[in-house]
Amino acid sequence: MTVEYMRAITERYRSLGYAPYRWFRAEDAPPWQPFSRPLSQARLGLLSTSGAYALGQVAYHYKDDTSIRGIASDTPDAQLRFSHITENYLVDARRDPGCILPLAALRQLAGEGVIGKLADKVFSCMGGVYSQRRVREEVAPALLAAFRAERVDAALLVAM
Amino acid sequence: MCHQTVCLVARHLEANGIPTVCLGSALDILEAGRAPRAVFVDYPLGHSSGKPFDAADQLGIVRAALGVLESAVEPGRIVGLPNQWAADLAWKQDAGRTRGGDTRQARDETPQFQSGADREAALASGALRAAQAP
Repeated sequence: MTVEYMRAITERYRSLGYAPYRWFRAEDAPPWQPFSRPLSQARLGLLSTSGAYALGQVAYHYKDDTSIRGIASDTPDAQLRFSHITENYLVDARRDPGCILPLAALRQLAGEGVIGKLADKVFSCMGGVYSQRRVREEVAPALLAAFRAERVDAALLVAM
Repeated sequence: MCHQTVCLVARHLEANGIPTVCLGSALDILEAGRAPRAVFVDYPLGHSSGKPFDAADQLGIVRAALGVLESAVEPGRIVGLPNQWAADLAWKQDAGRTRGGDTRQARDETPQFQSGADREAALASGALRAAQAP
C-alpha cells in the first residue's frame, strides 16, 4: 500500500473549504533523451525542489516563488538551509540535508569514480508552485538554462 | 506539489536534450506526471534521498537512482526501491489522512529565512538588499 497523496490532499483541503486542485496529469508519453555516455564519464547535475539555499543566499518566499538557486556542490552541510511552503516536511532536512539534497552521497560517488564529475553548481527550486503554467514557463526554462551553463550530461531531480 | 514540479521540469529538460531521472516518494503524483525516468522510495515526504543521519541509506538510494538513469530503456517506467521507512506503517495512515488542518505556511511574498542569522548573512553577502528585508 502506498499513500494516495492526491486523493488525501484534495479531500483534506476540500473539507477546509478549498476548491479541488487540478493536479497535472500528463496525457502524452514522456519525452525521451537516451543517456548514452557511461555515468563514470558523465558530468552530473542535481536539482532539489526542497527550497534549499546556501548561507549568504536569499531564502525562497511562499507565494509561487519561481526563482532558482545555484549552490556550490562543495558546500558543507552546515551551510545548507531550506525554505519551502510546506515547512512540515523540512524537519529532518534541516537537521540532515542529505534527506532531500544528496550532495554528500553524490560527492562520495564522484570520489569513487561511479560518477565522472558532479557539476560545480547544483540547483534548487521551491517546488510548491501552484501554477503549472508558471512552472512550465518560468521554472523549467530557468533550470534548462542553468543546467546547460553547467554543461551537464544528465541530471538527478529530487522531489520533496 | 513538488513531485508535480519535478515531472514538469524533467519533461522539459528531456525534450531539450538533457536525460533525467526523478527521485520521489509520492508514487501517485509521479504516475500522473509521467516523468521519463523515475525512482520511487516509499518514505514520508521530505526524505526522497534517504533517512536522516543514515549515510548508507542515502548512498544506496542515490546509487539506485543513478543505476536507473544508466539502464532505463523505455520512457515512463517507475522503479520502486525495496527500502522500508519503519517496520510500523503508522506514518502512512498519518500521511494519507483526509481530514486535518492546513499544513501550509502563509503565502507570504517576502523571503522566509530559516533563521534571523541567515537573513543577516544574506544582507552581508549583498544577495539581499536592505530595502527588501522584511
